[in-house]
Amino acid sequence: MRRNWEGIWLVARREFQDQFRDWRIVVPMILMVSIFPFVADNTTRQAVNFMNRFGGDIILDRLIPFAILVIGFFPLSFTLLVALEAFVGEKERGTIEPLLSSPLEDSHMYLGKLLVGVATPLLFSYGSITLYLLLLMRRPVEFPSAYMMTLILLLTFAHAVLMVSAAIVISVQATTIRAANLMASFVVVPVAFLLQGETLLIFWGNEDVLFMAVLGLTILSGLLIRLGLAHFKREYLLGREIDTLNLKSMWQTFLDRVSGNASSIFEWYGSEIPATLRQLRTPLMVVTGLAIITIVASYAWVVLNVPKFIDITPNRVQQVQSYVRNNLGNLDVLDENVPAPWIFVSNVRSMVGFLFAGLISFSTLGLALFIFNMSLIGGVLGAASLINYSPLAVFGVAILPHGIFELTAVFLATAAVLKVGAVLVTPQPDKSLGEVFLLSLADWFRVFIGLVVPLLAIAAVIEVYVTPQIIKLAFPYL
Amino acid sequence: MIETYDLSKQYNKDFWAVDGVNLQVQPGQILALLGQNGAGKTTTVRMLTSLLSPTRGWARVGGYDVTKHPKDVRANVGVLTEQHGLYMRMTGEEYLEYFGKVYGLDAATRTKQSKYLLDYFGLAEAAPRRSGEYSKGMKQKLALARALIHDPSVLLLDEPTSAMDPESAQLVRNEISRLRSSRRTIIICTHNLAEAEALSDQIAIIYRGKILLNGTLEELKRAVLGPVEYEATFAYEFDAGDLDLPPGVKLADRTTTSLRFRVDAPRESNPKLLMALTAQNAPLLSFHEVPKKLEHVYLKTMADAQGVTYAS
Repeated sequence: MRRNWEGIWLVARREFQDQFRDWRIVVPMILMVSIFPFVADNTTRQAVNFMNRFGGDIILDRLIPFAILVIGFFPLSFTLLVALEAFVGEKERGTIEPLLSSPLEDSHMYLGKLLVGVATPLLFSYGSITLYLLLLMRRPVEFPSAYMMTLILLLTFAHAVLMVSAAIVISVQATTIRAANLMASFVVVPVAFLLQGETLLIFWGNEDVLFMAVLGLTILSGLLIRLGLAHFKREYLLGREIDTLNLKSMWQTFLDRVSGNASSIFEWYGSEIPATLRQLRTPLMVVTGLAIITIVASYAWVVLNVPKFIDITPNRVQQVQSYVRNNLGNLDVLDENVPAPWIFVSNVRSMVGFLFAGLISFSTLGLALFIFNMSLIGGVLGAASLINYSPLAVFGVAILPHGIFELTAVFLATAAVLKVGAVLVTPQPDKSLGEVFLLSLADWFRVFIGLVVPLLAIAAVIEVYVTPQIIKLAFPYL
Repeated sequence: MIETYDLSKQYNKDFWAVDGVNLQVQPGQILALLGQNGAGKTTTVRMLTSLLSPTRGWARVGGYDVTKHPKDVRANVGVLTEQHGLYMRMTGEEYLEYFGKVYGLDAATRTKQSKYLLDYFGLAEAAPRRSGEYSKGMKQKLALARALIHDPSVLLLDEPTSAMDPESAQLVRNEISRLRSSRRTIIICTHNLAEAEALSDQIAIIYRGKILLNGTLEELKRAVLGPVEYEATFAYEFDAGDLDLPPGVKLADRTTTSLRFRVDAPRESNPKLLMALTAQNAPLLSFHEVPKKLEHVYLKTMADAQGVTYAS
């Protein structure tokens, strides 16, 4: 442990010295960091005057934490350059090879650079925040609570780790500083959107949700660091002088992976798909476990909490039940209002959405969408129970007939997304990050096209033409 | 010791940067690796430092397999890279101190080694200055000092004297010779053929990833340029007529004041040849081996490889 830390610190210390000896880095940083709190302070003064005139105390209370969050973010956005050029900059200057030829561990180099990348922006961010708070002491405003203040400082920290860990991944993979700078938008823009979301949370005033944001960002940062370490290869830093985009070769690699060794569609279903399913065994178990837990938890939450907000009297239950009974006839014309192709396309779109959400978040957002969907099922069953319908019967009659196919498809697609994320953060010898990405996408596509799409098509037909008939037949027994 | 067998590296599935390289360099030997730009010298060196993994074959450096024990290989190798790779905002002494720490040297050894190397390469005075202010030659010397800071058993030097003035280059050559005599294993990649000739015990010529020739300078000369030639020069015009040449000696060229002979076994044939000339009353002014330079060997080898005629 001590040796590891020494190695990391050795790399980090040199980087620190190097940065702080360059006035071209230090002076603009100090200027930006010093000027912005004054601008923010002036804005606060104007806002205080304005709000006091119109009695906007609540907004004013939330404005200060928001200003602190923005002030903390501001230095992060421009000190990101330090992290972006961590490896690719050394490569361009020709200083990387002596370092790579040394007995330093990969993790020492990677984490050393990460440490500097995180510490430098944080130093300026916290410096800027401190200056703003000092200026704020002169204003007749209330300081944020200690809890809120801690959350904002943690959020700033999480932003820094997230942005820098992404920037370091870019720096390792990019071949030139120019390319790395171009890719910086992929870091700054999403985090700027994230910041807007967090601003909403601040103005909403729900501090616990803000804490969840800190937690989510920390998990994502951890996965990004893991991804960077897993795919850090000295060879790629030296071997690729020029990156060529060979679309034909990429397409061929993708197709080869999707088709496997099969020579016909029957062989593909006979050998390749079962092999894929075997590979998905563990993710499927995780997804199934998550689904059961989520459905049970959301069912219990609805049953226990909804009565606290809505007064469920026998009379109201009667009203809802008769509404359901009177509208059963609508099920006969379900295909006119919600045609099967629409359901199918909508479900396919959702599964692709799971993939994209998963790709940008190492599966975590994909899993979050899955959990959300499963919680809806639990919620519906909980609601059914509250109006005196048997939840098991509702599940068996209204969900299971098409759900056998639809839920299977959803489970498979989610498991495939989970596997993509897991593969991305796992070291793959002799494969570049691009290759790993392409192959895991092909693995997902194989499951998607071979199983998910056909299952969703069957499910859509059953949902429109069979499930309504079963509901009508079974309704008296519900 | 450096050993390689069928060492090969493929890029982009269709380009072999290094193809089936077999080398053996013993401790106390210097191998000069010669070749055009892009011939595969740097890729070979990078595989020997465990920076690139071989696509095929194996290599052992200092007793360690480059694939299985990369960390041990790197700890035992001193590398001078194509670019000097200095951190421009670090002073010379800070730079050596930093790499001393990177190689895990204790403080006393670091100080001793840094002082010795800075003194030896004449950088002691410039040591407190940032290396960005150094001349090209000084940067090269500092980079070489970095490669030597941990006193490695194996040295891989890419153009060690490029950009240096003649005195500095001589200094570096002397240091390399000293390291050879202290039983270091050394590979030098260079375009400076005179330097390769002066320093190396073994020479390998690489072309498009393949080793075309490998051996001592004498072996290479014999293989490429044929048997050794000797020239007899005369004090005045002399007609040797039908000279009775001993076996294994052929007349290669003649002018009115000189004769050139191709000799298979000089030790046996030269005394007989001299006696034959004396018997003819040849006004012998000198008798010497015709110098054949590595440059001729190299250029002829390259010309043959490219299928063009070599005009010496």
